[in-house]
Amino acid sequence: MKYHVSTTVNGDPVEFLCEAEQTLLDVLRDELNLTGSKEGCGSGDCGACSVTLDGRLVCSCLVLGTEAQDQAIETIEGMAQGDELHPLQRKFLEHAALQCGICTPGFLIAARSLLERNPDPSETEVRYWLAGNLCRCTGYDKIIRAVLDAAEEMRA
Amino acid sequence: MRYEAPDSLEKASELLAAANGSGKILAGGTDLLVQLRGDFIEPEVIVDIKHIAELRTVTADSDGFTIGAAVSGAELGDNAELKAMWPGVVEAVELIGSTQIQGRASLGGNLCNASPAADSVPAMIAARATAIVAGPSGRREVPVQDIAVAPGRTSLGAGEILVAIRLAKRPPHASDAYLRFIPRTEMDIAVVGSGISLTLDENGVCRDAIVSLGAVAEIALLVPEAAAALIGTKLEDDALQAAAAAASAACRPIDDKRGTIEFRTRVAGVLTTRATGIAHRRALER
Repeated sequence: MKYHVSTTVNGDPVEFLCEAEQTLLDVLRDELNLTGSKEGCGSGDCGACSVTLDGRLVCSCLVLGTEAQDQAIETIEGMAQGDELHPLQRKFLEHAALQCGICTPGFLIAARSLLERNPDPSETEVRYWLAGNLCRCTGYDKIIRAVLDAAEEMRA
Repeated sequence: MRYEAPDSLEKASELLAAANGSGKILAGGTDLLVQLRGDFIEPEVIVDIKHIAELRTVTADSDGFTIGAAVSGAELGDNAELKAMWPGVVEAVELIGSTQIQGRASLGGNLCNASPAADSVPAMIAARATAIVAGPSGRREVPVQDIAVAPGRTSLGAGEILVAIRLAKRPPHASDAYLRFIPRTEMDIAVVGSGISLTLDENGVCRDAIVSLGAVAEIALLVPEAAAALIGTKLEDDALQAAAAAASAACRPIDDKRGTIEFRTRVAGVLTTRATGIAHRRALER
């Protein structure tokens, strides 16, 4: 049985059909061709599939596609405005806060969610907020510096 | 597998009863989806309870708080009034998983998943929280410690649903705390957890105490012997040491990769003294 779901993705109304078993991450990637959100672990440990659901940061691998009905979903594809990168995206590039890039969309979505709630986080607050995002390349330090630098620029 | 999102408890209960054991309740999904993906469960129907208003609401009245079973940890963390009255319960909830997990995981789910290491459960037991359960034969209210009966198993009957958790209003000079031990600072499963609630009188004498331990038995434990060591004292070192000894004596843990029997037993005592210290400071400030 397929379920018909009406939702909003990055501000646009979207409709899709999905099976009860499909996760929101499956739907984003396989039905809507929004492949920016990645699957790392599939169990909520790595954060590579991070999106926001009605403003709350979640792992899309732990949400069923059917649960997206009438929700507002924000993904990495909605982060840049046309050709203009979000300050976090620019700072990730400037600080070389990525190598392979698999974790990057999740980190960016999670970091944006933090800065929306707390425009002036301490380093400790950034580290705790991002504890659910795993990176095996950078050692995290560059990511933390990029987030703090972006926060400073966004406050100015 | 079917997905259902009923908008009333009655409909949800009927769906679960009709599934005859092959239905699963979906609240935040942070445990359920992992079990589904790992093929640990193969339900015929998933009943999403998040469209039932009562389960999504926190209400405060003259008796205390009623927390809908599907309210997320992030929402509880944002509730300043609840945090001020029950800081130990809220800090326990906020220790569950990452920011992403907090966006979905619920108090009700943490209780009904029935993990012996569930962080919020010792804190709720220490708070004398009660669980409101609705089912085909009506509603009942039971102490939180009566919900989990074994790892992964609850006392809920066919068609029964956890509706809400109730936390009473607190008098002045009363507070609570929860501490857990994990090998790192974040994102791990409790090796031992300790929930403490204290009520002091105006002279600083402990008039009521509840001590609960997680991850040291098949379910979270209530330890009245440890509470008895605290009641009637001003929580001096010898009382804390007696409570620690009683807490360690109550442990019946397993050996596993997270900790040995010996380690867990020792740490249960240490955490009990430290959590009592935190609850004590908080109670003096209220």
